[in-house]
Amino acid sequence: MTLVDTIRFPGTYSGVRWSRFGRRWVSPLLLLALWELGARTGVIPPRVLAAPSAVAATFWGMVVSGELAGNLGVSFLRVAVGLAIGVAIGGALALTAGLSRIGEDVIDPPVQMLRTLPVLALSPLFIVWFGIDETPKVALIALAVTFPIYLNLFSGIRSVDPKLIEAAQSFGVRGFDLIRQVILPGARPSFLLGLRFALAVAVLVLVVAEQINAQAGLGYLINNARDFLRTDIIVVCLVIYALLGLGADGLVRAIERRALAWRPSFLKA
Amino acid sequence: MSNPAVRATPIASLASAPLPPAAPAPAVEVRGFDRRFGDVVVLQGLDLRIEQGEFVALLGRSGSGKTTLLRTLAGLDPAEGQSVRTPSARAVVFQEPRLLPWKRVWRNVTLGLAGGDAKARAEAALAEVGLEHRATVWPSTLSGGEAQRVALARALVREPRLLLLDEPFASLDALTRIRMHDLVLSLWRRHAPAVLIVTHDVDEAIALADRVLVLDGGRIAAEERIDLPRPREVGAGFQAVRRRLLGALGVDPAPHGEHRAAAPSVAPFPVREVSP
Repeated sequence: MTLVDTIRFPGTYSGVRWSRFGRRWVSPLLLLALWELGARTGVIPPRVLAAPSAVAATFWGMVVSGELAGNLGVSFLRVAVGLAIGVAIGGALALTAGLSRIGEDVIDPPVQMLRTLPVLALSPLFIVWFGIDETPKVALIALAVTFPIYLNLFSGIRSVDPKLIEAAQSFGVRGFDLIRQVILPGARPSFLLGLRFALAVAVLVLVVAEQINAQAGLGYLINNARDFLRTDIIVVCLVIYALLGLGADGLVRAIERRALAWRPSFLKA
Repeated sequence: MSNPAVRATPIASLASAPLPPAAPAPAVEVRGFDRRFGDVVVLQGLDLRIEQGEFVALLGRSGSGKTTLLRTLAGLDPAEGQSVRTPSARAVVFQEPRLLPWKRVWRNVTLGLAGGDAKARAEAALAEVGLEHRATVWPSTLSGGEAQRVALARALVREPRLLLLDEPFASLDALTRIRMHDLVLSLWRRHAPAVLIVTHDVDEAIALADRVLVLDGGRIAAEERIDLPRPREVGAGFQAVRRRLLGALGVDPAPHGEHRAAAPSVAPFPVREVSP
C-alpha cells in the first residue's frame, strides 16, 4: 500500500459515504429544530422571536397577498439603480486614474479622503440635499458602491503585469487595443472582487437607507412590523435580506466563472 | 581535427574596417551606441552588425548589458538620435513566455495581427512548433516548454527578418532545452531570419550560432566565428571555442587548457587540474 492510498480525502469516511453537501446541512437543520422546539414549549415567547413555522406561514401569506413581491421589487430596484450608478461612476474614475498619471493625481487624493467617511453617516446630509423620496436612498447606495469598485479596479489596472504589456506592445498592440486586449482583461479579477464587495455593501446600505421615511420596500415592512411587535414579519424580511446578499454573491460567482474561465482555479473545478 | 576554422577577431579592427562595397545590406547595424541609466554607463560606443539570415549569440556576464542591447534592437528601449538600424519586421521571444492568460493559445499567437487569415496563420505557426493540437486551450494548461514554443510561434507568425531571443530557454529543464535548440535551428533554416540570442550559457551559444559575441565593458569585447558543422557535438573544436569564450568572459576554464584540448574529451565530468 502506498502512502497516497492511506491519505483520507475530505468527503470519504470509511464505510458510509456522505456527500459533502448533505453533511453540511445537518447542523443548520438541527438549530432550526431547536428553535421551533423552544417556541412551541414557550421558552422563546413570540414577542421575542416567532417560531420558524409561524415565520414560514407569514411568509406564505405575504407571498400569496402579493405584499412581499411588491415591496421586494421596490427594494430590488433601489439596489439595482444604486449599483448601476455606483459601478458607472467608480468604474469611470478608476479607468481615468488607472490609465493616466494626471488622472491619478487629480482623482485619487479626493477619493481616498472621501472613502474614509462612513457612508451611512452622510444620510442626514443626503436628506437635506435630496429630500426623503427615492433619491437619497439610491444616492447612498451609489456612493457606497463607488468606493469598492474604484479601489479594486484602480489597483487591478495598476497591477497588470508590465511584462505582458511590454510583450503586447512589442507585437504592435497599442493604444485602445492595448487597453481592451491586455489591461482590462488583466484588471478583471480585481474588478469582480470589487463588484462582490460592492454588492455586499449595497445590501447593507439598503437596509439603513430604507428606514428613511419608507413608504414601500422591505424597510417599510420592517418598520411597520416593529411598531406592531410582529417578529415573524421582521424575520421574514431578515431572511429576504440574507437571500438578497446570497443571490448577489451567487451572481458575481456566476459572472466570474464565465469571465475568468482562463484561471487555473476555474480550470480544475 | 584542430581548429583552423575557428578564429578570433580582435573587435577593434573589425569596427573600423570599411565595408566591402558589394556587401548586401545587413539585417542589423548599430554604430557607436551609448546607453546609460543615470550615472551608470551600460553600453558605450557599441558597434554591431548582423547579416541577413545570420545566427548570432550574445554572451556576457550578468549586468553586462546583454538584455539592454536586445531591448534596444527590439525597439522596447529608446534609441533616439543614435545609429541603430533594424528591420521593421522583428519579433521577440522573452525569457518567460509572456502569454496573455486570458486568451486562448491561438489568440495569443495572433496578438496584434490584422487580417482575416490570422487564425489560419496561427494554426500553421503552431503546427510548425508541434502544438497544433493545443491551439484552443488556455495558456495556464501548458507546460513550460510548450508555453515557450507558443511564444516562438507567436514570433514566427509575423515572418520576422530579425528574431530576438532573450535567454528563452533559461528556465527550461536540460532535456527540453536540447529539443528547443533543435526546433529553433530547424525554424531558422526554414524561415532564414537573422537571429540574435542572448544567453549566459556558453555551450548553448556554441551549439546554435554562426558567430558568438562577448559583451563586456559596454561594447563587443570578443567575437568567435563558429564554422563547426551542425549538429555540434562536444569535441575538440567545440572545447577550443568554449575555452576562448570563457576566457573572454573572465573565467579560466583550465590552466592547462591546451593540453586538454589536444586529447579528445571523453571524460564524463570535468577533471579538475591542479597547477604545480
